[in-house]
Amino acid sequence: MKKMKLVMVGNGMAGVRTIEELLKLQPELYEIAVFGAEPHPNYNRILLSPVLAGEQTLDEIVLNSWEWYQENDIRLHAGRKVVEIDRVRRVVRADDGTEEEYDRLLLCTGSNPFMLPVPGGDLKGVIAYRDIADTNAMIDAAKTYRKAVVIGGGLLGLEAANGLMKRGMDVTVVHVMPWLMERQLDDTAGKLLQKSLEERGLKFLIGAHTKELRGNEDGRVSQVVFKDGTAVDADLVVMAVGIRPNTELAEKARLHCNRGIVVTDTLQTVTDARIYAVGECAAHRGIAYGLVAPLFEQAKVAANHLAQFGIGRYTGSLTSTKLKVTGIDLFSAGEFMGGEGTEEIVMSDPFGGVYKKLVLKDDKLVGACLYGDTVDGSWYFKLLREGRKIGELRDKLMFGESNLGDAGHQGQNKAAALADADEVCGCNGVSKGTICKAIKEKGLFTLDEVRKHTKASASCGSCTGLVEQIIMFTAGGDYSAAPKKKAMCGCTDHSHQDVRDAIRANRLLTIADTMSFMEWRTPNGCSSCRPALNYYLISTWPKEARDDPQSRYINERSHANIQKDGTYSVIPRMWGGETTAAELRRIADVVDKYQIPTVKVTGGQRIDLLGVKKEDLQDVWRDIGMPSGHAYAKALRTVKTCVGSEWCRFGTQDSTQMGKDLERALWRMYAPHKVKLAVSGCPRNCAESGIKDVGVIGVDSGWEIYVGGNGGIKTEAGQFFCKVKTAGEVLEYSGAFLQLYREEGWYLERTVHYIQRVGLDHIKKKVLEDHEGRKALWERLQFALDGEPDPWFEQDKAQVDTRQFGKLQVEGQTA
Amino acid sequence: MKSNEWQVICRVEDIPVLGARRVARERGMDVAVFRNDQDQVFALLDRCPHKGGPLSQGIVFGTSVACPLHNWTIALEDGRAKAPDEGCTQRFSCRVEGGEVLLDPVELATLAIDADPPKAGPCR
Repeated sequence: MKKMKLVMVGNGMAGVRTIEELLKLQPELYEIAVFGAEPHPNYNRILLSPVLAGEQTLDEIVLNSWEWYQENDIRLHAGRKVVEIDRVRRVVRADDGTEEEYDRLLLCTGSNPFMLPVPGGDLKGVIAYRDIADTNAMIDAAKTYRKAVVIGGGLLGLEAANGLMKRGMDVTVVHVMPWLMERQLDDTAGKLLQKSLEERGLKFLIGAHTKELRGNEDGRVSQVVFKDGTAVDADLVVMAVGIRPNTELAEKARLHCNRGIVVTDTLQTVTDARIYAVGECAAHRGIAYGLVAPLFEQAKVAANHLAQFGIGRYTGSLTSTKLKVTGIDLFSAGEFMGGEGTEEIVMSDPFGGVYKKLVLKDDKLVGACLYGDTVDGSWYFKLLREGRKIGELRDKLMFGESNLGDAGHQGQNKAAALADADEVCGCNGVSKGTICKAIKEKGLFTLDEVRKHTKASASCGSCTGLVEQIIMFTAGGDYSAAPKKKAMCGCTDHSHQDVRDAIRANRLLTIADTMSFMEWRTPNGCSSCRPALNYYLISTWPKEARDDPQSRYINERSHANIQKDGTYSVIPRMWGGETTAAELRRIADVVDKYQIPTVKVTGGQRIDLLGVKKEDLQDVWRDIGMPSGHAYAKALRTVKTCVGSEWCRFGTQDSTQMGKDLERALWRMYAPHKVKLAVSGCPRNCAESGIKDVGVIGVDSGWEIYVGGNGGIKTEAGQFFCKVKTAGEVLEYSGAFLQLYREEGWYLERTVHYIQRVGLDHIKKKVLEDHEGRKALWERLQFALDGEPDPWFEQDKAQVDTRQFGKLQVEGQTA
Repeated sequence: MKSNEWQVICRVEDIPVLGARRVARERGMDVAVFRNDQDQVFALLDRCPHKGGPLSQGIVFGTSVACPLHNWTIALEDGRAKAPDEGCTQRFSCRVEGGEVLLDPVELATLAIDADPPKAGPCR
């Protein structure tokens, strides 16, 4: 098969990223040629500011070396500007006459700095701040000249000013608007920023209109003159008043442009489907993005389409801002200015240099502006992106995520304050230094990449916010944006919700059907999507969809928990945490007979036998003679109880009996994640009902039910759900809530996160207010559980593949 | 070192599709034989290069298996860990003839005999 020809115009970050993604998907599909106007390989434009400030060198910010182009058989025409696209002959031509034919064309022409149309704009020493050449010009100027004027007090202007100041120049920033960075900050934060930059030695002229630039006899700029007649001396003038998408070439080729090359959700130009545009030059739904994260998102989708998978869609990104001036912390996102119909929560400590503003609308966070303390920036950004109702959080919102009841194993959560040797990820023992090094050396930009390469935040995820912060200030300030929709895994672009909906709407009954219907990219998924698909199928179509043991994680496939040495643990069920002498005797005998090394009491009032060989599991189950405790499953684990009114002087309700009844009603219930319950017999709450998925507390007049508690990674107190009178109602209401979670929850989403996502009001509507609906949920759960086998004693019916317990012998005999 | 004698281990259908079986050896750790959905069969030492996890217990997809302990992805064809993880587990020659799975007894008796099994106990 003859390869198709792909030509890329523009050798910048978004374009090269598209090629990288494409090579990952379809390395052999195209013969690739690249034109780049700059005489450099692809480098990290975001890090020009640290280069200017002398914190990094040019070599350090190269993302793809010359060798990379060679290794991937890419013809690179560096230092060649494309001047013409012939869409009829499908050829592009460069300024030196070089021509390349194309079947698919990728435009990544980026943007141009906007130069103020004032007299003297063409004098020597007047430059923009956009690329390596500009950066070098500034570094050179700083060696010989003294006075610099930066026109424009936005993100780029301030970074340029800071860099020039660090190189020893006397710098004045001229800004026409009433405060600095008016697009990213409100006036209070803008003025705080100005104060701290003035303390460092920058000068500011706020509200000054530049009228003209005057030169000396050598034709070099010497003065900046303003409309009010005043002037400042300048040997170097940097214009940083904005950028414009570079659409010159596209317009010449008669592609539709409107503040950028207009593209569809697949990043194809609306005029010509053979031509794609990604990056700062592209206008998607009216927006041309200038930050790296959304552009990488575009790159992914464009690559997906170029690779002929055609299932990716780019639907826009939310973005946030950080300033890359070392030691200045500011963060903003969304509608931080507030306005019609919004409310503001403000915390202002100008003397301490801290200011935070949160903007709310319709009980959602819609904007945030933080100065001086940006620890919670990524958390606010997440709330903003998810459009979560913040009703219950409102009074704690300003104090950040760490005040929501963190288990507190991150003594300090300020990334910038950490030393390189400090541990960031407690699960995998990854230090800040390791993460920074990987980001710099391997050119990582996204959380996923950092997880893959360093394992930081790849286990329990509780340090994710911290890792994101480190990425923010190491990879450059515009790490931030994220797709509005998160793909389930690398095998698909569909989200968990898409998949759940499709399974229900189209009566999909098998994993294979689901994968082909949803156009999976891999033949049989991966270890992350298969267990999820299996759960979605059996929870959506109980008694119809067949369980697939090979798509279950080993613990559920062998009905025991695998341990670090490949042995297993066995936890028999004890209803409500009550046991008998006969059961204890049997357990003790089994421990002796099978020489089980460790016996431990668990947090859920059960007994754990650790170190059982896989070959012994079936015999151990049989000899113990107690039902499976499902301690290995994403399912109902235990119902913890206090002794209650049967023995306790204070007990108001028979909590032990209630717990046993709940456990008998719910055991064998698979769920998106593990489910733990507790029942206490009085408000002293000895069973700790406040940190369970469903917690029940007996009071004199009945039972209180709490939902969404969690004692794990991040301790979360359950929320009060309702109060009921009878034990029968406790069963019905708890069961209905859990069935709703089973039907709507995403795989590996605990109840606390499920409730955060859909909102407690939604759950109350479905379970408390809709009596018919509640009964129907409770009945569906009972239908699903009816006749469900105990996998330890009904191995056939539970589809346990018993071949797994034995070993094959080399003589061809099975042990 | 190769021998001309191949040893029958089991029939292909004795291995679950997208699953594995463990083969005991006289000395050394078990060998895991895997079967994918194309009925290809592969044999690797039942030991992840990361921390010795039993690969036979992992989820099989395509021509890879995910280790059950820490989710490293190991290629079934050559035992290599998928980047950015680094490591390699011993592969064993494996053939299918007439529906029977064959291993090389010389390899079984000699390869990776001294590999340490993972042990329970305090970390590191």
